[in-house]
Amino acid sequence: MTAPFRKTLRKHALALATLLALAAAPFLGFGDGFALSLLARAMILGMAAVSLSLLVGGAGLVSLGHAATMGIGAYAVVAFDAAGVSEGLIVFPAAIAAAAAYALVTGAVSLRTSGVHFIMITLAFGQMAFFTTSSFSSLGGDDGYTLYARTEWLGSRILDNRLSFHFLCLGLLALVWVGGTLLLGSRFGRVLRAARENPQRALAVGFQPYPYRLVAYAMAGAVGGLSGALLANATEFVSPALLSWTRSGELLFMVILGGVGQLGGAILGALAIVLLEETLSHLLVYWRLVFGPLLVLSVLFLPDGLVGAPLRLRAAFRFASPKRRNADA
Amino acid sequence: MPDPLLELHGLSKNFGALTVTSDVSLTVLPGEIHAIIGPNGAGKTTLIHQISGTLRPDRGTIRFAGQDVTALPFERRARLGLARSFQITSIVPGFTALENVALAVQARSGSSFRFLRPVAGEAALNDEARAALDIVGLGRVADRTAAALSHGEKRQLELAIAIAMNPRLLLLDEPLAGAGPEETERLIGILRELRSRYGILLVEHDMQAVFALADRISVLVYGRVIVTGTVDEIRGHPEVRTAYLGEDALA
Repeated sequence: MTAPFRKTLRKHALALATLLALAAAPFLGFGDGFALSLLARAMILGMAAVSLSLLVGGAGLVSLGHAATMGIGAYAVVAFDAAGVSEGLIVFPAAIAAAAAYALVTGAVSLRTSGVHFIMITLAFGQMAFFTTSSFSSLGGDDGYTLYARTEWLGSRILDNRLSFHFLCLGLLALVWVGGTLLLGSRFGRVLRAARENPQRALAVGFQPYPYRLVAYAMAGAVGGLSGALLANATEFVSPALLSWTRSGELLFMVILGGVGQLGGAILGALAIVLLEETLSHLLVYWRLVFGPLLVLSVLFLPDGLVGAPLRLRAAFRFASPKRRNADA
Repeated sequence: MPDPLLELHGLSKNFGALTVTSDVSLTVLPGEIHAIIGPNGAGKTTLIHQISGTLRPDRGTIRFAGQDVTALPFERRARLGLARSFQITSIVPGFTALENVALAVQARSGSSFRFLRPVAGEAALNDEARAALDIVGLGRVADRTAAALSHGEKRQLELAIAIAMNPRLLLLDEPLAGAGPEETERLIGILRELRSRYGILLVEHDMQAVFALADRISVLVYGRVIVTGTVDEIRGHPEVRTAYLGEDALA
């Protein structure tokens, strides 16, 4: 193993371990329908969270309307279903393209602002999408729409098998994560990162950040659309609640809890929140009373998020045992 | 006389009732260091802002390399070869020194809409970036995070970024500000070497440095150029003495 490869491996160890654990989970006692659908939900939200993390951590664009892209992906699936089309080769590309187009158009306006204004305008566009879906009476309006059957692939009902759906979600999550990580390390990603840290410097060497940010915004939207199309298949039910701004906030929290420094953090964050929510809601009626403070504590004590936790723990351990520190020196 | 690289004509700018630039006309020739001096608040940095494109003048034109750039934004002027350094150091703190410079090389080396190939491994960008770092003497700290560099090293890094843009004109806004005596010495040496390659417009408070480097000097007072001339002409100019220079600065 070469040194740079080992370095990369160590940097992403936690995210890789999580993906491996997700691959092994069905064979370690989490193979029942309930566990698999829970994990599928976590992985699908994880995909959306990774794409949001690309914007927040990579490009410095805090969007509070990312759920809209998921909702558009999901509504594309049910719209085709209502029209009698359930072929995945049509539905999925259409869902992704619709969400990307939405992101491109709203991004073109939103990205002219920055900071708090950007947050507010993405929220406003998200609410517009929310109320638009509420008014689709042919798709159930406020009540939502129950999918008659999951999307087919060349006529085969492969998504109906829970295990194959599990691995499809896992594969796509890994793909999104690897693709996003490569993106941030590319020429394109370098411009995004430079413009996040110091837009003046990016301009001074000749980069106008706007087109780069817009393309990143559309890409994140495309991934949001993909995850929405998967979520529609996972729950077989789509309602405007999917696009509510609290869902956008939840995605943002997954990113922050996991750690904005690395895309892998969003995977950890999504998994942690989905599992925590599930566990707490079974134990307690007023589980949100516990959930809230837990999130506050995590932000206070894990500023680098879950991905930064091992490093932080190691540092704390060294600080606590001076003998060991001396031995290192 | 060769065609001027930069030509300001009748540049004026007001902030409300305050005139910060008043009918400024000057030129920078290729291979020339043209220094702008003047007391605090004379409008030196505002002038740099207008030349680089971060502020629009109210009146007047800016021609760069034979082209009217008055309406072009900052980043477009940068791509034409107008490189600017900032009075307050402006680098990407989380990048290494090398990556800061490589970003500038990248800006003029093909499209940056490339999404998968790791840019850190692009030898062509890194080699040019290293060469620019070597010119300013930062080769040994290339892999250090920019935020961890000393103040003087950050000034040098900013100069390396400007050089890596392969510009035709350098706009330097107090490149020596805050540098210690040794660093100043080194930076003056670097600027002297750069003179043969670029036109340089230099705003600087350090009079010794200005007199050591400049081919021509313009004196700016209340936004107006009161005189332009060679070092000797400026030293001997009575109006400059009263308006700006203390007797000891001329000793």
